Amino acid sequence: MKGIIPEPVGRQPWQMLVPLILLVLFGAAVLYSAGGGDFSLYASSHLIRFIALSGVAAIITLMPKQFIKLIAYPVYVLVLLLLIAVEAVGALGGGSQRWLNLGIIVLQPSELMKPALVLALARFYDALPIGMINTWRALVPAGVVIGLPMGLVLLQPDLGTALAIMFGGAVVMFLAGLPLRWFVTAGLVGTVIAPLAYFFALQPYQQRRVTTFMDPESDPLGAGYHITQSKIAIGSGGLSGKGFGEGTQSHLNYLPEPHTDFVFATMAEEWGFVGGLLVLLAFFLILRWGLQVAWSAEDRFGRLLAAGLVATIFFYIAVNLMMVMGLAPVVGIPLPFMSHGGSSMLTNMICLGMLMMVNRWNRRPSGGRLL
Amino acid sequence: MRWRRRSKELINQATLKNRFDRRSMLLGTLQGGVGVLLAARMGYLAIAENEKYELESESNRVNLSLIPPRRGWILDRNGNPLASNRADFRVDVIPERMVRPEQSVALLGSILGMSATDQHDLSTRIAEARGFQAVEVGQGLSYEQFAAISVRLPEMPGVVPQRGFSRFYPTGPAVGHLLGYVGPASREEYEADRNPLLVTPGYKIGKDGAEKVFEQRLRGVPGARRVEVTASGRIVRDLSTREDIQGNPVQLTIDGPLQDFAARRLGPESGSVVVMDCRTGDLLCMSSMPSFDPNSFSAGIGSVEYAMLRENERVPLRNKVLQGLYPPGSTIKPMHAMAFLRNGIDPSEAITCGGGLRVGNRFFRCHGNHGRVDMNRAIHQSCNSYFYYFAQRVGFDNVADFAKDCGLGQRFDLPVVSQFFGTVPDSRWKMRKHHSAWQSYDTVNSSIGQGYYLTSPLQLAVMAARLATGRVVEPALLKTGERAPFASLDFNSEQIGHIRQAMSDTVNGPGTAGRARLPLENVLMAGKTGTAQAVGLNRGDGRNTAWRFRHHGLFVFFAPVDNPIYAGAIVVEHGGGSGAATPIAKDVMTYLFDPQKGMDALHALEKEWGGTAQQRLEQQYRAYASARGQSVAPSPPRPRQPIDAVAAESRLSAQAKAALAGEEVMPTQGEAGPAAATPPNEPAPAAPSDAEPR
Repeated sequence: MKGIIPEPVGRQPWQMLVPLILLVLFGAAVLYSAGGGDFSLYASSHLIRFIALSGVAAIITLMPKQFIKLIAYPVYVLVLLLLIAVEAVGALGGGSQRWLNLGIIVLQPSELMKPALVLALARFYDALPIGMINTWRALVPAGVVIGLPMGLVLLQPDLGTALAIMFGGAVVMFLAGLPLRWFVTAGLVGTVIAPLAYFFALQPYQQRRVTTFMDPESDPLGAGYHITQSKIAIGSGGLSGKGFGEGTQSHLNYLPEPHTDFVFATMAEEWGFVGGLLVLLAFFLILRWGLQVAWSAEDRFGRLLAAGLVATIFFYIAVNLMMVMGLAPVVGIPLPFMSHGGSSMLTNMICLGMLMMVNRWNRRPSGGRLL
Repeated sequence: MRWRRRSKELINQATLKNRFDRRSMLLGTLQGGVGVLLAARMGYLAIAENEKYELESESNRVNLSLIPPRRGWILDRNGNPLASNRADFRVDVIPERMVRPEQSVALLGSILGMSATDQHDLSTRIAEARGFQAVEVGQGLSYEQFAAISVRLPEMPGVVPQRGFSRFYPTGPAVGHLLGYVGPASREEYEADRNPLLVTPGYKIGKDGAEKVFEQRLRGVPGARRVEVTASGRIVRDLSTREDIQGNPVQLTIDGPLQDFAARRLGPESGSVVVMDCRTGDLLCMSSMPSFDPNSFSAGIGSVEYAMLRENERVPLRNKVLQGLYPPGSTIKPMHAMAFLRNGIDPSEAITCGGGLRVGNRFFRCHGNHGRVDMNRAIHQSCNSYFYYFAQRVGFDNVADFAKDCGLGQRFDLPVVSQFFGTVPDSRWKMRKHHSAWQSYDTVNSSIGQGYYLTSPLQLAVMAARLATGRVVEPALLKTGERAPFASLDFNSEQIGHIRQAMSDTVNGPGTAGRARLPLENVLMAGKTGTAQAVGLNRGDGRNTAWRFRHHGLFVFFAPVDNPIYAGAIVVEHGGGSGAATPIAKDVMTYLFDPQKGMDALHALEKEWGGTAQQRLEQQYRAYASARGQSVAPSPPRPRQPIDAVAAESRLSAQAKAALAGEEVMPTQGEAGPAAATPPNEPAPAAPSDAEPR
């Protein structure tokens, strides 16, 4: 094998790229169906975005380690400023918003914050003297780094993304080796605060999502409608689905957002349990590769960065799938590589690009040469 | 303390790498666990619960709607429809599915050209309707209106346009009380009969009259339509359709043209005409006027029109044939005479009427001084004294027994919603009702059909039929095959002949009803007039006073005298006296024997009155509405045949056709009767309007 395939091709992480490409193609097929058989509606832009962002990922892959370490904090600060800008524009415009229109592209800074935060924290713990890991100096600056973007995102208000940011940051802190009892304590505090937060911090529409998640049947035509219809779509798919293009839940508009948040339900209705297992398998292969990259990284920075990125991608997948299957409240989190939407694709491709970058560092300890 | 000691332990690169490996392994395992959980959850949904969700998905996707069955026709005795169905476009709304009712109503109003009143009516009905109940917006829409609504459906959730059938009564008000009308089921009706059909938009059930009595037979079997719908209710495609099965027809004994003629002949009066075939008991005509137009009731009557009917002092909402009770007055005199015969009074026995009769220590007046009066003269001169005298002699309880045998105070076995049975007073009744003994003045009053006596026009007609034939003629409304012969009242033909002769003399001899003599050469009608006091005479003489204080005019009759075929009764409420009823009897009977002559008389009168009953009702409505500052759109032109088969005029064309064919037109006296003009074996329910495929 080694002799036949040229070396630059052979050394690419195909164990991740093959499932990824198949997943994106499969996603395009589902979007084609969700668009009512119209390729140009969702599927084509999905593929174009993937190809374009693959270029971005490839460029990130080539970044040298020293350069990345150098720009880690500036990137974080830049994204934080963008978040503040979103708040400012929203306040001036008289209403909250999540997007920043930069003319050529519409940017959602909270999405960019996820990899940026992981990068900043990895950089922070990399630089932190080893002896200080058990002291407040390991906790407080990281807490501020996580807290600032979380607060800004919560102001938008976007609970789902805020939780995703917190999850990525917490995983990096956990893996950095902070004392376990801090996490246990935080968990206990969290269980006390959660009910309080529910009553005092959540918007009414978010509260409703939580209550209807607990009992979707209580309001089958109102807020529970999303969950109920999604479960019907998945459940009616059966073992092998209703057939490509034959999904009635999606095509007759019973399923809300069949091309974005609920794309998995759209897929499951037409491809059934088999299709669902294939998607899960693809995600498993991609994430397993990511963790292998983390384990084989030769330094602390690479390890934390890679593991944090895997956690970020995982959070997307897990929350989205739990939501569509009725295991979590409806929070607007799309499914990576399948849902139609630029911001999510951008974030996930940046994460993958950085994972491939760490993977390249691992094979080239010197880290200086291109390719 | 143990934690604190551990935190003090030396931390180096290896420790952290070790921690990372352990913790990342833990996280990886947790992630894998979540993956397994998701796979299990999906398997549970898609495999274990598959059946349940597949069903829910189907019930999302497939919308089953009932197609209201076409209602069975109501036929007259000749097989012509008194009530049929017309294919039309209709639109209903289902209030609970409406999102913005006001907006939808405004849009519907602009498409259908509804007046502000109609829109207001509609909004009220929508607000009052219970969620499940469909509210009719309109029927008889043009195709353009129907298409315009169908196109704009997405803006008006809850609006249901459909092709359907609406009930059609060709002779309108003439059959209003007889047939009733149809309308959407009320909440009570739905709760009594939990048939989903009742809440199907466009389905109507019988609300009164024959429509209500024969509801189950007329109903039919609904069809069903399975359609695929989107979440917003837009129909994507038809999946399958099952045709409805039309309800069974109901054939009545009513003679459609006669019913129409009699109703129209009543003209502006408030009253009723009952004609029956005294050989079979078939009720040929049960007209009650003024009436309502069941077509507008069935189309969902407007509040203004309903108010007009409700406020009318001539109670167009009451069926006077069955629910009007009147003192029979002198019309019961032949029957009382027959009661005297039964109790052994010789018809030639006479008394002297001295302008009244002393009974006990009171003098009871007669309306004239008739001198020597025997039974014949007593009847045709309507002499009160004779009846005062012989009722005393025979005893009124005996007379009352015979009155009951003649059908007075009785309820008949008829398929009607309700019938009032009135009162035949006797001593037992008075004791029960008033706790006092029967007095001689009670006999006097009752002997001339006043006092406590109350009868319905139907009972009077039955009485006339029983007197004419001497048999217990039972009235029938539903046309069935042969009926068992009626029991005899046990009179010999001489006795029957005596009464017949006396009643004939009333009309054709020196009697009180000369105006009723038929303008026909070979048919004689027998009858008896009656004038009943509506209120005490202190309100005037009962003639030249306010309408509601005037006397009722009554007339009972049968014809031909020597071989009675038809018997009947006419009551004109507050007509001022029997003179209001006799000409109507004359024209109705003339129409039966010679339609041309009857129609000529009617047409002359209608010219005077300003149109047929239906036309006058419409004019009245327009005048009423404009008096309230509301304009009424002229009623949409009905796709009428030149002459409806059940309209009074139809007999003329049938006659003309028969004449052209060189047949004998109408046997003046014979077994066939008018029914011979149109063969009764005509297959009825195959009319084109109902058979139209959808």
